[in-house]
Amino acid sequence: MGMTLAEKILARASGRERVFPDQIVIARVDLAMSHENADLVRKSFLEIGLDRVWDPSKIVIVFDHRVPAESEKTATTHKAVREFVAAQGIEHFYDVGRGGICHQVLPEEGHVRPGMVIVGTDSHTTTHGAFGAFATGIGATEMAGVWTEGTLWFKVPSTLRVEAEGEFRPWISAKDLILHLIGKLGAAGADYRAVEFDGPAIRRMSVASRMVLSNLAMEMGAKVAFTPVDEILLDYLRPRVTEKLDMIAADPDACYERVIRLDVGEDLREPQIACPHAVDRVKPLSALGEVPVHQAVLGSCTNGRLEDLEVAARIVAGRTVHPRTRLIVIPASQRVYREAMRLGYLETLVAAGAMINPSGCGPCVGVHQGILAAGETCVSSTNRNFHGRMGSKDSFVYLASPAVVAASAIAGKLAHPESIVKEDQPCLMEA
Amino acid sequence: MPDGSMKLRGRVRVVLGDNIDTDIIYPGRYLNITDREKTAEHLFELAYPEIRAGLQAGDFIVAGKNFGCGSSREQAAAALKFSGVGAVIAASFARIFFRNAINLGLAAVVSTEAAAAYSAGDEIEIDLVAGQIHNLTQGRTFPSAPLDPRAAELLAAGGLVLYLKAKYQQQGGIRV
Repeated sequence: MGMTLAEKILARASGRERVFPDQIVIARVDLAMSHENADLVRKSFLEIGLDRVWDPSKIVIVFDHRVPAESEKTATTHKAVREFVAAQGIEHFYDVGRGGICHQVLPEEGHVRPGMVIVGTDSHTTTHGAFGAFATGIGATEMAGVWTEGTLWFKVPSTLRVEAEGEFRPWISAKDLILHLIGKLGAAGADYRAVEFDGPAIRRMSVASRMVLSNLAMEMGAKVAFTPVDEILLDYLRPRVTEKLDMIAADPDACYERVIRLDVGEDLREPQIACPHAVDRVKPLSALGEVPVHQAVLGSCTNGRLEDLEVAARIVAGRTVHPRTRLIVIPASQRVYREAMRLGYLETLVAAGAMINPSGCGPCVGVHQGILAAGETCVSSTNRNFHGRMGSKDSFVYLASPAVVAASAIAGKLAHPESIVKEDQPCLMEA
Repeated sequence: MPDGSMKLRGRVRVVLGDNIDTDIIYPGRYLNITDREKTAEHLFELAYPEIRAGLQAGDFIVAGKNFGCGSSREQAAAALKFSGVGAVIAASFARIFFRNAINLGLAAVVSTEAAAAYSAGDEIEIDLVAGQIHNLTQGRTFPSAPLDPRAAELLAAGGLVLYLKAKYQQQGGIRV
């Protein structure tokens, strides 16, 4: 019997012929990522008492949660991390203005390759499963253990396989697919499990769209979430990575806990929306009635990439953001920012009345740059709509695709892009 | 465990539902607090501020499925621990929260039955190694998932930092 992708990577990383679900293995870590919480990791690491991290070349630190520093407290944290990075010789450090959101920067800068074991002190580290990496989130203390030992114990997860076929309807995207799936399986539907996305509808997707699936699989509890390692992925990786690329794949006779089949044309007839205050409270847009929105947020590690800004620019082009609504746009990285500038997307968005925030997590985590007041409603392309996530405990966040966010900003209420753009234009989904 | 017995005794402070997420436990706006003791000041601040007000040292939090889902923020586990919570008993835990709790030396106990049957104010004794929860008020005992030996070792040491500190002190501060 063959192995799933998760089993294969963990077997290799733990020096075994093969591994089985529920087995506990000690795996070597290939990459250890932290953001501002590197400061917490640093403190735990220093308490443990060793002088040097296990391998500075395998640590990447990216400031993204509070950039630029919004308070003296954060400025002090940033400073402490900068000093630690210099003292330890950690070369892969992306300071304010040099990187962007960690999950965008890692692959963009060539740190991620198929078959790697990656841990990050951020739950959305699952994003790197879109590059064939076993990538998962851990806490800061556990990361201090990784900085000390270079290894970590894992329970080998069982795997859910999601096979998607069919053609996406106009304006429907990877975000709608994953929200639909989270609604179906629930917030704990993939808890402790690996997910493998495959099938013709996935294999046609751009790398950016695949990242949406791996990123949001976290919201159904997934430990890791893979999309296929294929030519489309290799085309993305080749210019960025100098090491040899491994075409790792699950064995055809691998054993899955469950296989879920979807037809993206049949099952996703309209945009999917996650309603307050849970990511698994998913409804089709038409079931929601009239929902006025005060803020629309386009960005985050889920949906702040070039194709997301492109579809939004296409929808708002020549139009004006509704007077009751604020549109906040956050390019996922400095590279995305520059490319969107060069291609004119930012010009179009700003002309429509959008405010462009610096590349980072922005208001998604509820600390700055677009906090909601009591009674306000936001439509957001981000990944969480928990109680009080983006500000007041009496505010409301609806999660949606970039196309729905842009359309809603123009309409001043939750809106289908087809109600704004009359022509039947397909969403930019193909690679 | 302070006395090394792997038994905990305390009172159920509150019984919560399913999917208690990390933003409910510890709001994102306080993530720049890196002093672990101080995280306690914001436990359940937005959604259930009253829980913290009546909390006594050693109290248990009981919850349904997927406790601690969402962010990897360790402050969620730290805020519980440094508020004096003795253990969280839940039908299930989100995986990162579970690891964070054990790594910080906070017992996270899985019991579907206990999560469904217990009420605020009940007096409880948990035997972590045997995998049993005795409800002294109700006179009922339920099974819980016995603590993995690795997790037991970390809890006994007071968390991962102290565990590794002791290990490297024994090794003379070098990796072997």
